Amino acid sequence: MAGHVSPKSTYYAIFAALMVLTAVTVAVAFVPLGSFNFPVAIGIAITKATLVILFFMHAKYSSRLTKLFVGTAFFFLIILLGLSLTDYMSRGLKTYPGGAAGAGYGVRTPTPSRAPASGTSSEEGAGH
Amino acid sequence: MSDALAAHAGGHSGSHAHHPAQQHHFDTLTQQHEAATLGMWLFLITEVMFFGGLFLAYMLYRVWYPEAWSEASLELDVVLGGVNTVVLIGSSLTMALAVRAAQTGLRRATVSWLLLTMALGLTFLVIKYFEYAEKFEHHHVPGPNFAFEGPHAGPAEIYFSLYFLMTGLHATHMLIGFVLLSVIAWMAHKGRFSREWSTPVEMSGLYWHFVDIVWIFLFPLLYLVDRAHHFA
Repeated sequence: MAGHVSPKSTYYAIFAALMVLTAVTVAVAFVPLGSFNFPVAIGIAITKATLVILFFMHAKYSSRLTKLFVGTAFFFLIILLGLSLTDYMSRGLKTYPGGAAGAGYGVRTPTPSRAPASGTSSEEGAGH
Repeated sequence: MSDALAAHAGGHSGSHAHHPAQQHHFDTLTQQHEAATLGMWLFLITEVMFFGGLFLAYMLYRVWYPEAWSEASLELDVVLGGVNTVVLIGSSLTMALAVRAAQTGLRRATVSWLLLTMALGLTFLVIKYFEYAEKFEHHHVPGPNFAFEGPHAGPAEIYFSLYFLMTGLHATHMLIGFVLLSVIAWMAHKGRFSREWSTPVEMSGLYWHFVDIVWIFLFPLLYLVDRAHHFA
């Protein structure tokens, strides 16, 4: 008892779709869209990867447990990329006085001048 | 097949006959197939994280050095990269057809599709070799001989480090896949697979498609995304 058997026509159709998407992503790369070039390219790549996973890798016809495993891969990838990038890309958003602005630069707060309390302070020094 | 069943059953003290490919800790071939599929996907999850770290490094340096990324990616050959994308997606198609042939018990077709997949994989690697050779000629290989015109030589060296690391790791996976498929093709030639049992072909297919997916992301990221700035 082997896995799901797809008709050949499905594979040829998916291959054709992947070729069209490849042509589109190459064509779009020569059209200046400013900051939209990147999301368009990534969007097309994700679409192509989804087609490969669903139809070539038979994820569409897998058991629910296998589908959960497939989803897990992308869940962890999103944590890795998402949390790391939100950290690095937001570092320049708010800088304290004396800090350096710009993505990727660590926020430098003025060095705290917390010299050890000399003598007695009212809170802790005054004893009974 | 009934001979094989009988011969195998004879090896047991009990009298439970089963398919020769079925291992003893599984109740049925279907259960064994499901376990193999899960195990393969678990391995692919670790592979996603393996490449994911490199993609993260790529993303960070791209944010930090957009100008260097834009200039360095122009040095890559879109035609060769595009041809390789077509070749690799084509090899995924032939791999899917090899799996289908194995599942439907077509021995000759299985071997043919597997050999065609290997040929396309080899084509990819040969084209990659010429791309690498061109990088050596232009001193774009990171190290003491690295040279890059303009003010972004330092960050451009990081770009090419990531280029070689990511495409190199991908090419290593292709080589491993090539060896894997040659073993599977040999097993198919020997008639080890049947309608009832073609799991090794399917699992090799999962691996091959995964390697294809990595390239589906590498191609736009390395060759394409930062190109359009030069036409603005």
